[in-house]
Amino acid sequence: MNVPNELLHRRDVVNELLRDRSDLLVVAGLGAPNWDISAAGDSPNNFPLWGAMGAAAMMGFGLAIAQPKRRVLVITGDGEMLMSLGALATIAVQNPANLTIAVLDNERFGETGMQKTHTAAGVDLAGIATAAGFRTSRIVRTMAEVTEIRDLAHRGNGPVFAQVKINPEALYFVLPPADGGILTTRFRQSVLGDGSLYN
Amino acid sequence: MADLQKKEPVALPTWPDEVYRVLKDADVRQVGMVPDAGHSRLIRAFEADPQARVITLTTEEEGIAMLAGAWLGGERGVLLLQSSGVGNCINMLSLPMICRMPLLMLVTMRGEWGEFNPWQVPMGQGTRAVLEAMGVIVTRADEPHLVASTVSGAANLAFNTWRPAAVLIGQRVLGAKNFKELARK
Repeated sequence: MNVPNELLHRRDVVNELLRDRSDLLVVAGLGAPNWDISAAGDSPNNFPLWGAMGAAAMMGFGLAIAQPKRRVLVITGDGEMLMSLGALATIAVQNPANLTIAVLDNERFGETGMQKTHTAAGVDLAGIATAAGFRTSRIVRTMAEVTEIRDLAHRGNGPVFAQVKINPEALYFVLPPADGGILTTRFRQSVLGDGSLYN
Repeated sequence: MADLQKKEPVALPTWPDEVYRVLKDADVRQVGMVPDAGHSRLIRAFEADPQARVITLTTEEEGIAMLAGAWLGGERGVLLLQSSGVGNCINMLSLPMICRMPLLMLVTMRGEWGEFNPWQVPMGQGTRAVLEAMGVIVTRADEPHLVASTVSGAANLAFNTWRPAAVLIGQRVLGAKNFKELARK
């Protein structure tokens, strides 16, 4: 797995990013990243998106500035991130120290027939994040580098961006609750306490 | 004719100050915006407010997602945009709708009363229909003295019943630009 040029497996990557996750808050983009964080273990501190393509990074950002004492990790795909490149500029300008964005880059639109995305043609998301002004931005190809991103997400000085090159494998789905009201309510109850249930 | 074209000294509108107080009472902390001249006074008020954060967006739908995250983290916000930006938000409006989250949008209108730029008309005329098609509750203010109370009503509705609400601030409140005047040497 540490052989250079051998593509990482997405669920190994996500399991490592979420290892000993403590009170880490996680937003996942629609499609496979949603199933990946759910495969690692459903949690009220997960917000898996089932739609709203392009929302993940900005949702993580809004959460990060609302909860400056917590750590927020966005896990999304290359297609989802490409839909909201402007968000990288918006987030870099705001410079949230507690936010990490990890893009699982299989260079494909995985849910729709594995069509190639722009990253397959060489579009450098990490370079875009660097140019936007992210404090740390890396292309990740080994598990040792994934561990570094995991540690940065948990206690580093953000914002951090990682473009993790992964194998374009299609895996079985692991589904979290699909009801947005349930996802919202359980997340708020976990983060804000039982008081959040009352107006 | 020359007399008619002379600029009358006009008192600066104060309704944005009233809207600022309404939003402060609603505990709004995150102010996402793609600027519009009609929002400039309100934006300046929030920029001077250390308890609020003004976030300039590259496109309006970023603000929908950001405010969904804010709600998950226990903060309230508002999205300031122009009617043209409503079209950019359509699919992203699924998020607060399906997740039963509040969303407060203040939309300054173009493409209606007194509009000079024909390119503003299609989205301006489509604004209400687009919002309502996505389930957003729409209210509208066409008189300066009604803007703050309309915003207050929409804020209560959004934050107490967890759904998206938009206030359309009519072009009549904002005044229409005269491009011919602006273009005059």
